[in-house]
Amino acid sequence: MQFLFRYANPALFMRLSGAVLPYVASLTVVALAVGLLLGFTAPPDYQQGLTVLILFIHVPAATMAMSVYGAIAVCSLLSLVWRHPLSDTAARAAAPFGAVFTALGLVTGSLWGKPMWGTYWVWDARLTSFLLLLFLYFGYMALWNAIEDETKAARAAAVLALVGAVNIPIIKFSVDWWNTLHQGESIVSGNLAPVFLWPLLTMMLAYMLLFITLWLIRIRTAIVNRRVTALLQRSA
Amino acid sequence: MSPFLALLVRDMKLATRGGGGAALALSFFALVATLVPLGIGADLKLLARVAGGILWVGAVLAALLSLDRLFQGDYDDGSLELIALSPLPLELASLAKIAAHWLSTGAALTLLSPLLAVLFNLPSGATAILFLSLLVGTPAVSAIGAIGAALTLSLRRGGLILPLIILPLLSPAVIFGAGAVAAKLDGFSPHGALGLLGAFSLAAVLLSPFAAAASVRLNLSG
Repeated sequence: MQFLFRYANPALFMRLSGAVLPYVASLTVVALAVGLLLGFTAPPDYQQGLTVLILFIHVPAATMAMSVYGAIAVCSLLSLVWRHPLSDTAARAAAPFGAVFTALGLVTGSLWGKPMWGTYWVWDARLTSFLLLLFLYFGYMALWNAIEDETKAARAAAVLALVGAVNIPIIKFSVDWWNTLHQGESIVSGNLAPVFLWPLLTMMLAYMLLFITLWLIRIRTAIVNRRVTALLQRSA
Repeated sequence: MSPFLALLVRDMKLATRGGGGAALALSFFALVATLVPLGIGADLKLLARVAGGILWVGAVLAALLSLDRLFQGDYDDGSLELIALSPLPLELASLAKIAAHWLSTGAALTLLSPLLAVLFNLPSGATAILFLSLLVGTPAVSAIGAIGAALTLSLRRGGLILPLIILPLLSPAVIFGAGAVAAKLDGFSPHGALGLLGAFSLAAVLLSPFAAAASVRLNLSG
């Protein structure tokens, strides 16, 4: 665990993240540009036509929606068990991105559903579990904002995030059991043609980089914010 | 009397006497069951079809009503600190509070449900399954709800944020509970859904006291 705590020092974190940030940000721009270019020059699908292009926006958003919750859960565990001070800030900073990715996945999914399934919304298992995930994000952010004492808020939010992490697979299973219409996974199973696979993978990388860039910026802002507050209190 | 039982009996008394949540939850449940036919029409076939889902959602919402006071009252008057200092581990104290909440709301709602099922024209076989599913599933509502109540106990308006935190986590209970009733109505075996509901409920009752106790502790410290 020792190495984790070396990076818990906010000053060191500011230095390191400041050095890394420009590279991650430029990589994000490149990956987004390449991914979008590859995506929009991909041929129309023989069944879905041009709507297949939604794939490149929709699938990475959905993957990130879950990955961000995973990141929050790991940060919460670090914060609860080892009292790692930076991970609270990191968990709080990640939540709005997770909510936005979830909402983006839902909106693009619904826009895709209209031409494919004939309706904007179906109570399909994945759509439903993503809707529930969105509410989990809302609840998590609301709890953070509701408790004034920051240490208490951090620990309460961490408990909630972990309870949610335990519950998400159960929710997923129960909703699958309830109703399923969404197509199954098609990346690992090799059901996706290479012309679609490569832009998709690039876009997934781009989304991941975008999240890391914005996450770092938000954590840095939170740290600076705390310093300013501390300075103001000292001078007052 | 053991400390566990003493706490359970005390919480039961508080819930059932004046100002307690038990009677309120029951009236709320009955009112939801009255309002739904007014909203969707009196077609008895349709009502029988939706009864399982409506009554399950109604029961969950009714149980939520009194949930925000589960720890808050004791926190406000200081008795929660005494409970935390007592030899009874906080995990067991949370379990006692969950049990008291379930007995005063979940169990009471379950007992009322066959009567409301009559209003919805639910066949007797499906009513029995509804009763069973509520009996098996409502402990999960109290248990998971207790985590939310413990997390928000220091908040003046914790009752507002509590449903937002708790309801998504309770979706499996509603799915399996209403699913069992629907399966019975369609002539399938409800045992699969009931079994899954029981598993969910058991896991919730087993694990929630730890999360609830941890949340109480973090709110009491400092």
